[in-house]
Amino acid sequence: MSETPKTPETPASDAPQTPGVEQAGPAGKADAARGWGPAKKDKMPSAKNDVALPALGFVGTLRWIWTQLTSMRTALFLLLLLAVAAVPGSLFPQRPANPAVVTQYLTDNPETGPWLDRFQLFDVYSSVWFSAIYLLLFISLIGCVVPRAIQHWKAMRSQPPRTPRRLSRLPEYGSMALPSSLEVTRESAVDDAARLLKRRGYRVEVRGKDGAMPSVGAERGFLKEIGNLVFHVSLIGVLVSVAVGGLFGYRGQKIIVEGESFVNTLVGYDNFSPGSNFHEDQLEPYSLQLDSFDVVFDRESDTHYGQPLDFTAVLTTKESPEAEPEQQTLKVNEPLSIGGTSVYLVGNGYAPVVTIRDGDGNIALQGPVVSVPNDGAYTSTMVIKVPDAQPEQLGFVGFFLPTAVEGSDGVAVGSDPDPFNPRLYLNGYYGDLGLDEGDPKNVYVLDTSTLTSMSDGEDEAGEFSLGAYESYELPNGLGSVKFDGLKRYVALDIDHDPGQAGALVFSTLAIIGLSASLFIGRRRVWVRAGTHEDGRTMVEWGLLARGEDPRLEGESAALRKLFEKEWLANQDQQADNNKSAVGVKNS
Amino acid sequence: MPSIDETLGQYSELFILLAAMAYTVAFIAFCWDLATSSKTIRSVESRLAREQSEQKVLAGAGAGTSATGSAGKAGAGASVETADEAMVYTKERRVAARIGVAITIVAALVHAAGVISRAIAAHRVPWGNMYEFCTTGGLVVAVVFLVVLTRKDVRFLGSFVIGLVVIMLCAAAIGFPTPVAHLVPALQSYWLIIHVSIAVIASALFTLTFAMSVLQLLQANREARARAGQPERMGFLRLVPSALSLENFAYRVNAIAFVLWTFTLMAGAIWAEKAWGRYWGWDTKEVWTFVIWVVYAGYLHARATRGWTGTRAAWLSIVGYLCVVFNFTIVNVFFSGLHSYSGIQ
Ligand code: HEM
Repeated sequence: MSETPKTPETPASDAPQTPGVEQAGPAGKADAARGWGPAKKDKMPSAKNDVALPALGFVGTLRWIWTQLTSMRTALFLLLLLAVAAVPGSLFPQRPANPAVVTQYLTDNPETGPWLDRFQLFDVYSSVWFSAIYLLLFISLIGCVVPRAIQHWKAMRSQPPRTPRRLSRLPEYGSMALPSSLEVTRESAVDDAARLLKRRGYRVEVRGKDGAMPSVGAERGFLKEIGNLVFHVSLIGVLVSVAVGGLFGYRGQKIIVEGESFVNTLVGYDNFSPGSNFHEDQLEPYSLQLDSFDVVFDRESDTHYGQPLDFTAVLTTKESPEAEPEQQTLKVNEPLSIGGTSVYLVGNGYAPVVTIRDGDGNIALQGPVVSVPNDGAYTSTMVIKVPDAQPEQLGFVGFFLPTAVEGSDGVAVGSDPDPFNPRLYLNGYYGDLGLDEGDPKNVYVLDTSTLTSMSDGEDEAGEFSLGAYESYELPNGLGSVKFDGLKRYVALDIDHDPGQAGALVFSTLAIIGLSASLFIGRRRVWVRAGTHEDGRTMVEWGLLARGEDPRLEGESAALRKLFEKEWLANQDQQADNNKSAVGVKNS
Repeated sequence: MPSIDETLGQYSELFILLAAMAYTVAFIAFCWDLATSSKTIRSVESRLAREQSEQKVLAGAGAGTSATGSAGKAGAGASVETADEAMVYTKERRVAARIGVAITIVAALVHAAGVISRAIAAHRVPWGNMYEFCTTGGLVVAVVFLVVLTRKDVRFLGSFVIGLVVIMLCAAAIGFPTPVAHLVPALQSYWLIIHVSIAVIASALFTLTFAMSVLQLLQANREARARAGQPERMGFLRLVPSALSLENFAYRVNAIAFVLWTFTLMAGAIWAEKAWGRYWGWDTKEVWTFVIWVVYAGYLHARATRGWTGTRAAWLSIVGYLCVVFNFTIVNVFFSGLHSYSGIQ
């Protein structure tokens, strides 16, 4: 931290020091350690923090650790470490995003997988080591910001520093001589300069008015420092907002088939992930019904034929069970706000409607079954479980094609996302579906280990395909399957994140603070006036910037222009004195 | 939705190819400039050095006269002369560089025609897939370069920058060819316009600073060799400003680019919230955008940390840019994630 007051334990300042400015006078000297003056590199002996550790005692050691932690070098190191630590999360599948892929990875890599898991490489962003890095970083940040804020508070309330003895030593310097005929005395010159600088946004102080060399000290750009502080504090704000979202938010998924509806209660969700402080009565019991789902596919382009162009869900919503129903549309990129949640359209697909009779001739299942699309032609995998079938439970796996085309080899492939020739391709199983044990089973996976295939050996009677309205008699009197119709469904994400607004506010503040910090110049100007023996008033000025400031030179030129306008504009009236005031630029 | 104009789309692709060829010629011109100018400088210098040493003989151990002062110093190896620190134009005629700039202007015009005709053909902004990011991004790089040229003499960057533009256009035409098409629903959002355009501009600026940081390292190495009295190896670096002014210039541009990148990150998060229901989910693309952001934050910190300015900061700037390239190429093509908009089938 460049502005932490230096304790004896602090071995070295991290600020870019500016030897060139140190001779500039007492002000320059005091400030050199705080980054005033242009950055000069590699002139410094590389003072490492390798000072032998004196016996510090407990408190001393803590203090030493604190100084180390809040040093700029540590901040830099932790930042770079954070960048490196974030990378594995993009190389390995992550549980929060893709739990199924992680399970698959563990099955595929029985040797290395568990080791990776032990090091939390599947949960990188909630892992101990990742958290440790960013928490340390934020502690360091607080340790930086607090003293810096105090320092800045003092700087803002104090007067501009004492005028250096030799302004010509400053990075920018200028001077001009005012002919005595102009009748600008040294006192009025510094007063004028102070007024002009004030109008330019400088804080000014006039000193030595009675002396032979009165001067003005001026400083501006306090917003730069404030911007820096706002930026760093806002980062903490963003982190806290994210944490608030994680604690009090919730998030769930729901699939709704056309005509069906959803009520915002725990049982209504297919999947639900509450934040750690979630309470069930946070859920407002609004309801959504999917009236229709319209899709548009590209029918004009040769190269992108069948690419989706638009998805629109038409929903009937009710804020509460008693409220008036209202019709609303939901699109990708245009979430719906209802009952404190946002509802997002994140997926869609087909739900073929089937009727399945069991061996006893009763209807064991009737209705839409959600299929999961795998490609642009909506080649969708299907699993049908019929736990109510008697005497044997039935199960089917297979796929659904909206537009089935049989290739020359007899294999059917999907050729279009719209249902021009919908067909079901199923393999039948019977036996115990294993649903009674009570442990949750994935509805999209059929565990065939406890089931018997309807086809055995030569007999492939268990494999069949169905076109629209066709039905199939299962072998051995197990029942029948009928393909009755087709519906579409939407997959919704429903999300409540109370930290979101905070995150937006703080990140906006961060970017404003950042811009102020990077683009506002923090500058000091001193102007001094004196009277030459021949009666002319001599004015000289010097400028110093904090850190790098490419516009310092321009500022000096602008000041010269201002001064010329102030003092020399009416010079034309005094024709004989014209041109006798010469600006000398010393660089 | 209005139909795609496929004929215009084909013209657009042709324009891009023509622009790529023109840039290649400009690239050669800039290389030629570096080669010949440094040769000229060297021969002038060696002549001056000879004259000076003759003078020395005449004038005893006296210093060089004002006429040969600066060249004499360089010839003696006491200090390294480099191009003007302020990067302002001098009177010196560099024919090859002028040709390079002229052809770059022509190429950029053809390139702009290609990008604009693609936008008209598709009735939307031309940055919806990898092909379009490369072609539009390349145009931004070239235009930013030309704009900077109006204020500073950065022609020494020409071969690097235009070389990168050629690579981007070749990558588009060979690596990611994609005919014009409508956008998929996930990309139909005004956030595409905001988020991606700012990302492209930030990347273009990072491209410039990357070139400057590489030159800075080479220049620092050359300066060190000169200080150690070793002979110089890369004569073309005489056209390049000193390592310190490269560093300062790169810092200023990087600061602007970093603010834009911060904005890209935020706009991306807002868009992700709209499209996927969460503003941050550590999707691969998000991870890498974050990594890039942190690396450049590290770069800015490095500039305020003693012992980390100069060469180390330059390395961070280079690493940051490599992450940008990685994020754009490897992550888009090989990593699966929600951002599967590369347009590659
Ligand atoms: C979450 C981690 C952090 C991030 C992302 C971050 C980012 C940045 C960025 C982008 C800047 C440049 C813009 C500016 O000058 O305001 C900056 C400057 C600065 N940061 Fe941080 N920072 C972090 C943590 C810290 C910590 C832990 C410290 C203290 C050790 C620190 C101290 C500073 C200081 C002193 C400056 C001003 C440098 C100058 O005067 O040029 N930052 N930071």
